[in-house]
Amino acid sequence: MQGSISLGNDPKFQYLLRIGDTTLVLGQRIAEWCGHAPVLEEDIALANMALDLIGQARAVLTHAGAVDGRGHDEDQLAFLRAERDYRNVTLAELPRGDFAFTVVRNTIVATFLKLLWEKLADSSDAELAAIAGKAVKEARYHQQHAADWVARLGDGTDESRRRTESALATAWLYTPELFAADAVDEAARASGLGPRWSELKDAWLAEMTEILAEGGLAVPGEQSFVSTGKQGVHTEHMGHMLSEMQHLQRAFPGGAW
Amino acid sequence: MIQAATRAERAWRVLDGVPDPEVPALSVRDLGIVRDVIDHGETLEVVLTPTYSGCPATEVIEKSVLDAIEAEGLGPARATLRRAPAWTTDWISAEGKRKLNDYGIAPPGPVTADGAVPIRFVGRRAALRIACPRCGSSDTERQSAFGSTACKALYRCLACREPFEHFKPI
Repeated sequence: MQGSISLGNDPKFQYLLRIGDTTLVLGQRIAEWCGHAPVLEEDIALANMALDLIGQARAVLTHAGAVDGRGHDEDQLAFLRAERDYRNVTLAELPRGDFAFTVVRNTIVATFLKLLWEKLADSSDAELAAIAGKAVKEARYHQQHAADWVARLGDGTDESRRRTESALATAWLYTPELFAADAVDEAARASGLGPRWSELKDAWLAEMTEILAEGGLAVPGEQSFVSTGKQGVHTEHMGHMLSEMQHLQRAFPGGAW
Repeated sequence: MIQAATRAERAWRVLDGVPDPEVPALSVRDLGIVRDVIDHGETLEVVLTPTYSGCPATEVIEKSVLDAIEAEGLGPARATLRRAPAWTTDWISAEGKRKLNDYGIAPPGPVTADGAVPIRFVGRRAALRIACPRCGSSDTERQSAFGSTACKALYRCLACREPFEHFKPI
């Protein structure tokens, strides 16, 4: 049995982990649809988006490992951390739910990531800027695809609308965390590494409002609850997801394809 | 006076014969992912830019490029990854786009100036019609924005009724 690795607390490393872990964990959740999506085309689309997200996670985690300077590669960071050392936003780790929830979550996160990658393309960190330059192109397709589904489900049958509204009510509870800036954000802003995530909120809300309107859906009201995945405090779902994700590397340390 | 081809020039020619593993009608050179070949004296460096962040073919491409160069006696060679500027379908050569069409994949159009796509709600009969690579008709509809690989979308021709793939502009 492989034990967990220990990590540094440098704010730059933490900022990179938030990005790498959010893409990694959402990629894992979306990939759970493989073989289960409602139609074949969507099964393929979800697997493709998961692949893009995991590819982005690989690049960011590799870079994060170099910044941390303890010799950890992408696989060690992805598979050998304890739950509290993951820095993804809570929304990414929630169970995949029904198709409406997946569509709503993907829309929220893809819109957010698209705006974030756009800013990161100008990062003072050349490697992060290069990763972002590629990722933003992928995120645009993810956003557009998910938004098309919001319009179709919101403006579809009574059942699809009911499920989409219910998914939106749940997912929206976890959106304040996306824009909760803290010392890690301040350090990133000061060094030119990336924006405070709070700076993305207005543009995100404007795009979400436009997308939801296309499906005849109302924007939910402001929430006061702020989830804490970025601080390493996760929901009860995270451990279960990690047990499946980490199983092979824990059981067969260093195993490779 | 005829000069012998340099090592780098010979390597570029070898790369014309290395197919992309997922779209074998195209060479890695047609696809525009080989950005540079640099002769360092001892080793030959091949600079590659990945198409998509998660493209599972990246490692296979690296290996087949190095194998082909070494088989031609131009090694030792090593591959390096260059992420910036990010790969775009605009780098697929005109010859490559023609080969794609002949292979049955509708080639990508030009990427918009800043690459930014505002949120567009496109119905199945997309505003931008893609010509069917089999019969040439533009009476086509998009079935899914994602196909058998991340770089392709699924379409159907309403004239000849054949399904086909479209290489998405990115």
